[in-house]
Amino acid sequence: MANGAELEVEIVAADHFVWSGAATMVKGRTTDGEIGILPGHSPVLAVLAEGELAIEPVSGSRISVQVDGGFFSVDSNRVVIVADNAQVEESATSGTN
Amino acid sequence: MGAQLRVYRQKINSTKSMRKLFKAMELIAASRITKARSRVAASLPYANAITRAVSAVASQTEIDHPLTTEPDQVRRAAVVLLSSDRGQAGAYSTNVIKQAEQLNELLHSEGKDIKTYLVGNKSQLYYQFRDRPFERSWLGNTDAPVFETAQEIAQTLLQDFSTEYEEGGVDEIHIVYTRFQSMVTQVPTVVRLLPLEVVEEEVTASSETLPLYDFEPETEQVLDALLPRYIESRIFAAMLQAAASELASRQKAMKAATDNADDLVDKYTRLSNTARQAEITQELSEIVAGADSLGA
Repeated sequence: MANGAELEVEIVAADHFVWSGAATMVKGRTTDGEIGILPGHSPVLAVLAEGELAIEPVSGSRISVQVDGGFFSVDSNRVVIVADNAQVEESATSGTN
Repeated sequence: MGAQLRVYRQKINSTKSMRKLFKAMELIAASRITKARSRVAASLPYANAITRAVSAVASQTEIDHPLTTEPDQVRRAAVVLLSSDRGQAGAYSTNVIKQAEQLNELLHSEGKDIKTYLVGNKSQLYYQFRDRPFERSWLGNTDAPVFETAQEIAQTLLQDFSTEYEEGGVDEIHIVYTRFQSMVTQVPTVVRLLPLEVVEEEVTASSETLPLYDFEPETEQVLDALLPRYIESRIFAAMLQAAASELASRQKAMKAATDNADDLVDKYTRLSNTARQAEITQELSEIVAGADSLGA
């Protein structure tokens, strides 16, 4: 995965757009346990459990997002997190939008 | 002052004050519609993400899930009708109710029972006035819907859907709402929410092929979690579209009312001028006649 050095992350909630940007790692909790996504991960569609989601952006400090449940999909380095209710807890200004 | 003139002045005053009301309502609707449209746009990423995920799941697994399998026999259908809370929106509510009536007729002719769910005060009044049964209604906020209401509606519907027919459950769910096409066109629309229509599509070179996903934890559980969300988002999207349509209709209706009030004020002003002129003429001829009789 020479050309896939970073992940393209998008977080959307039901009625608004939450966050998007490039990241090196995404860590989340599924109903089965924790899952970490690095660039080059195989496509996955998983159910999120209530809890915290950590994103390691390319630049800036780590972002943690509180979610109420939802699901996320990973394919070709594109991570889409669909949350019922997402609350960005810190450094909400980094990334675009 | 003559009686005729006074009547015209009163009419002019009352029309003018009504005009103020119409104008204010037009402006309020115009300012809210921008917000409503941006909310429609804001809900799109979520709806798109969910639709994509649902089609990804549908395209690669042989889905055998209660939510997607077509029942052999549809005996009862649920109809959700989205109308407005308030009037003053022209034919907005009437049109969507008419559309629902057509659907009801169609379902009846197919021998299906109907369970009705209403959103908005107008549809509730329509049903209550005609003494027709409905299952449940949600009132308030039709021009600025919140996601919680959509969730509540979705939960109620899914619960009904998972119940057996004998215990009052339904086999399919339709939603009737007004689609916002543009500021001038809003179309009453019927959509079947459940069972989902899984569209089989030939894979062509140009179409984007969906990747083969792994499911975490199990396909079954992913579908269980995904489909209610899909329904919620579809209902919420319909509610947002309906809100934008309602506001657009209201703005249009209030614009027409303001214009009519202007016309009326013009008409009455002319009539009152004529009446005033007639009064003056009469007074003058009376004075002249009086002077003539004294001088003679």
